[in-house]
Amino acid sequence: MVWKISLFLLMVFVSIAGIAFPIVPIPVKWYEFPLIPGLKENAKIIFFHVPTAWLSVVAFFMSTLYSFKYLKNKNLDDDAKSYAAAQLGIIFCILATITGAVWAKFAWGSFWSWDPRQTSIFALLLIYGAWFALRSSIESEEKRASLSSVYSIIAFLTVPFFVFIMPRIMKGLHPGSADDTNSGPVIDFKMNANMQLIFFLSLIGFTVLYFWMWNIGYKSIIYRDKLNKQNRG
Amino acid sequence: MTNKAYALYQKDFHSEMRTRYAVNSLAMFVIVAISVILFSVGNETITQSLTAGLFWVVIFFSAMSGLSRAFVSEEERGTTLALQLVAAPTTIFSGKLFFNIVLVFCMNIVITILYSALFDSFAIKNFGLFIVAFFFGCAGLAIASTIIAAIISKAGAKGTLYPVLSFPILLPLILTSVQLTLMAFDGSTFSDAKFELAIIICYDVIMLTASYLLFDFVWKD
Repeated sequence: MVWKISLFLLMVFVSIAGIAFPIVPIPVKWYEFPLIPGLKENAKIIFFHVPTAWLSVVAFFMSTLYSFKYLKNKNLDDDAKSYAAAQLGIIFCILATITGAVWAKFAWGSFWSWDPRQTSIFALLLIYGAWFALRSSIESEEKRASLSSVYSIIAFLTVPFFVFIMPRIMKGLHPGSADDTNSGPVIDFKMNANMQLIFFLSLIGFTVLYFWMWNIGYKSIIYRDKLNKQNRG
Repeated sequence: MTNKAYALYQKDFHSEMRTRYAVNSLAMFVIVAISVILFSVGNETITQSLTAGLFWVVIFFSAMSGLSRAFVSEEERGTTLALQLVAAPTTIFSGKLFFNIVLVFCMNIVITILYSALFDSFAIKNFGLFIVAFFFGCAGLAIASTIIAAIISKAGAKGTLYPVLSFPILLPLILTSVQLTLMAFDGSTFSDAKFELAIIICYDVIMLTASYLLFDFVWKD
């Protein structure tokens, strides 16, 4: 109970701090953010955009991990865990796409410009979509679990290409692209200490929130399946 | 194992020759797709990057229309159980993969010939690079679509699900192949294209390994 309240307080603090703390050219007080050239006020969306994008990848990874476990142990609970992770993953994936598109509109001038990372989040959305389409087309529980596990593992193998290789060899707008002069992620060189603190607090807060939601999610799926079986039997 | 896989390939080849269903539908699909592109292009000369993209669009959709036959036909005829009895999963996958590779290569050679005849902008300067990219691209396409075909043959919905499931898996391959085709048009050397070639070879190896490892779980009910 205590950690739930502290998580709530943390998320409230992060939301308020992320939106309301002022951006000034030379930060003096502890609550002031530095002015990042080229980003200005819209730099603040980083507190929400990066955690959602991070969680969409974490969720996808966990979904694959439990798919792998299912194939190993043939325990349907693992399939429920994988399914719950993917359900949350698609929500965070959509959120990351939307926050990213909004940020892109104000920072780069258009909602969508097929930057390599935009391509990869689009591919991730497609993978999630295809995975749910595959699951809904199969009636039998065991068959659904094993086929979707196989698909999720195969799909996961393409992720390194999108996340690590494509953005670095293709020209892009995100930091860390092949033609970026200040290569390396933003957090290394343009944020000051308090901005980094809020950023990592936000990352931690969202991650804990994700695990909490995932925990409730998979338990409810397992209970629902049990109830269905009881009713049938 | 190789003998059995080859026998399976021959079985598929003969049953294909009897009906010529996959070959005919593939050939017609290629002709229809290219003529749609020709009609929509009209008299305009399209750029090379667009040609490279359209080339792989036709390849992708032709593959999607023909390659699922390998496993779906077994399910339709109800011969899956017999196959499960006579051969190990790895053998079956090898046989089916070999058949699909042959099909993809024949199809893509026809598409390449048609493109170079019909599009002026399809002018390859570095022929060696194109051949290498074409080889690995086709191999990757065949591998990934064979394992997806195995998945959808076990799932209920067959037709529409296939391109939906395959596209995200094939996307890295297609993007890199488009890039490589474009480089072959520009006359880039092998050392310019070494990153793209490395990606495409990695993709082929990863997909091949994963398919062999995972096919057991798809095949056994």
